[in-house]
Amino acid sequence: MKLTGISIRKLEEDVFKVLMRLATSIVIGSLVLIIGIVAIKGYSSLNIDMLTQTPKGGYYLGKSGGILNAIVGSLYVGLGATLLAMMISLPVVLYVNVFVGPRSLIARIVRFTIDLLWGVPSIVYGAFGFILMLFLGMRASLGAAIITVAFLELPVMVRAMDEVVRMVPVEIAEASYGLGATRLETAFKVIVRQTMPGLITAVLIAFGRGIGDTASVLFTAGFTDRIPTSLGDPAATLPLAIFFQLGTPYPAVQGRAYAAAAVLTLIVLSVSIASRLISRYFARNTVE
Amino acid sequence: MAKSHLQVRDLNVWYGERQALRNVSFDIPDRQITAIIGPSGCGKSTLLKCMNRLLEASGSVRIAGQVLVDNENIYADHIDVTRVRRKMGLLAQRPQVLPMSIYDNVAYGPRIHHLNRRSELDNIVERYLKVASLWDEVHDRLRSPAASLSIGQQQRLCLARGLAVSPEIILGDEPTSALDPKSSKNVEELLVELKKDYTIVLVTHILRQARRIADHVIFLYLGEVIEAGPTQEVFKNPKQELTRQYVEGVIS
Amino acid sequence: MDSRNFKERIAKAGFLVMSVSCCLLVVALAAGLYYKSRPVLQSQSFLQILFSSEWSPLRGRFGMLAFLTGTFYVTIIAMIISVPVSLLTAIYLSEYAPRSLRHFILPLIDVLSGIPSVVYGVCGVLVVVPAVSRLAESFGVYSSGYSLLSGAIVLAVMACPYITNVSHEILTAVPHGIREASLSLGATKWQTVKYVVLRRARAGVLAAIMLGFARAIGETIAVLMVVGNVAAIPRSLFDPAYPLPALLANNYGEMMSIPLYDSALLLSALILLAMVLCFNLFSKAVLILTQDQKP
Repeated sequence: MKLTGISIRKLEEDVFKVLMRLATSIVIGSLVLIIGIVAIKGYSSLNIDMLTQTPKGGYYLGKSGGILNAIVGSLYVGLGATLLAMMISLPVVLYVNVFVGPRSLIARIVRFTIDLLWGVPSIVYGAFGFILMLFLGMRASLGAAIITVAFLELPVMVRAMDEVVRMVPVEIAEASYGLGATRLETAFKVIVRQTMPGLITAVLIAFGRGIGDTASVLFTAGFTDRIPTSLGDPAATLPLAIFFQLGTPYPAVQGRAYAAAAVLTLIVLSVSIASRLISRYFARNTVE
Repeated sequence: MAKSHLQVRDLNVWYGERQALRNVSFDIPDRQITAIIGPSGCGKSTLLKCMNRLLEASGSVRIAGQVLVDNENIYADHIDVTRVRRKMGLLAQRPQVLPMSIYDNVAYGPRIHHLNRRSELDNIVERYLKVASLWDEVHDRLRSPAASLSIGQQQRLCLARGLAVSPEIILGDEPTSALDPKSSKNVEELLVELKKDYTIVLVTHILRQARRIADHVIFLYLGEVIEAGPTQEVFKNPKQELTRQYVEGVIS
Repeated sequence: MDSRNFKERIAKAGFLVMSVSCCLLVVALAAGLYYKSRPVLQSQSFLQILFSSEWSPLRGRFGMLAFLTGTFYVTIIAMIISVPVSLLTAIYLSEYAPRSLRHFILPLIDVLSGIPSVVYGVCGVLVVVPAVSRLAESFGVYSSGYSLLSGAIVLAVMACPYITNVSHEILTAVPHGIREASLSLGATKWQTVKYVVLRRARAGVLAAIMLGFARAIGETIAVLMVVGNVAAIPRSLFDPAYPLPALLANNYGEMMSIPLYDSALLLSALILLAMVLCFNLFSKAVLILTQDQKP
């Protein structure tokens, strides 16, 4: 009896071991597939012209030119939104962790709402941005896109920053107060210095999220062949370039979509790798 | 020396580059309490976990040597490790109750060995809770979560759970160090009762505990067996200088 | 000395204002969307909008049933595909994989979760849609490939990294001692995982799944690109579907030219927001309620 008992258990384990390996392979395989497709399709469309020129000729019929409009537009939106989000996130995180106790009511409410905001779909942010745009009398423009994407990035950045700042041991802050520093000084001179790598990583993560998003800028950025020169100009971004141009029957235009996909993926991957390297590099030097 | 069916021969264990156990050999006498004593970090827990092959579950260790149970080396290739572990019950330092009810904790062992009949399980649960002197305290709330018990009760529950798979050998890794004095005393008394039916190997850093309940003592220092023998002899007439220093509290 | 304190007080007040504004953002989102939705709610009852499948904006009919069922089906099927794959992967990584493999795979999963939605859409169009079309053929059904199934597959692939990551974190947080206790009783590793580790991690894993669900509901672009966007209740996996987020994304161009259209579309965004918030709140409640039972 004992022998058969054991083989049933072992058999079940062996079956699941196979299933687990299969599942993991599917997950990794899909990554390989995605990168592969982007690389292959992008390779044939990417060349120096593509990266340095804006689309020429009529928009959907344009047979020459490149995606410079989208590249620059994305960078403007991404950097602008990230900067804007940073100017709110850092104070909020410092306020919650340094100025009031992490157990206080305001801290818990902030964390709770940030959690809720984190899950809000980007199209809802896009719709909200659109409403705001109408309310303020703005047109679809770089400025509107920046504001909307900043809303999107805010919970991501706050959460990532909060995670780093709340791990700072309370003794460090206390040492600073003991020397007579105010909370403000402690926050910026001590806490921020201590958590700088983590904060940078948080900013990068939010940037990656913002620059890759389509739904939030769908109604708020406009779209144009030109590079925006002011906040009131419409802007093109890489995700929009892909979204709008993928479905056309004109191979030249499709090529631009693939090139944009390759460039976008490259940007997002680089940001992801950079943030990993930063955390790993600085983790070496911290003492627990 | 009494009969022995658990022997360790030339056991060597490495954690990466660091050697934790060096040429450890001894016999464990049947139906007696053997205490493994020595300063902390000297490999006592490592040695214990080798005996039920639990060590290999925790990452990069290299094990060489033999552990013989009934003259069979449990590290041989063809051996089923789950059957080895079933022969030994492990009592950990911190009571590790499983995330289920009191009843399910004790019934867990039999169930994973495919014993599912309700009436049999009821009997087993009652029997071993009684052996662990826990029955009176919990018989009316067998369905409540095991986590609701006090820490002393939890350790006794772990004992009952371990006994429910009918092991031959009980291994205790400092089983009372997390308990209050009264619960410690309870567990010690239980172990003394149990040696009638089981071989018990205990790791402890409490010398007085070893003196109190052990029949046999093995002194381990920096991964090597320095001395082994009946408790009275090792404590009163240690043959090695190091042993004398340890039992007299000169080194700890 | 005084100027330092002054700066401190200004900063504290300013930071407080910013924090409160963050909290109010949720309210602002809901309020703004509601305000814009009121016109259509005044012309038809809410229940009528939810349960009618007649969607003809030109005639002023805004029944959203087709979109709600589209979202429902595509999300459920995506979860059916994604949850087993994610959990098995998480279990493999936390319990079985050798450490070197784990250190190699975890960052890859992170990378996967960072890939933009539109890129998933591109791959969906290039790979999943033709594959589904061929699959349908083998069943004797005609399908262009732009279907419920394609949407669900793309959504499943997008949800996997998130559920896997969170579940993995939860599983590795289970204390090692109870695993050892189970193994010491002679259980196999799989029995330990099945009866002890998963049991202990139950609440967290459930919360992870619900959060994955919430994100899947809101995912717009990738699904839109492969799901067919036909406003009818799908009757089979190979039929096109039209999930709720896609509604707004596809039609914003004509929003302002048809009366009440913009209001209806923004109402759909409000409904979407409400669904996502409910899931989030529910999963938080699950975590809090089951917290008390943990040993």
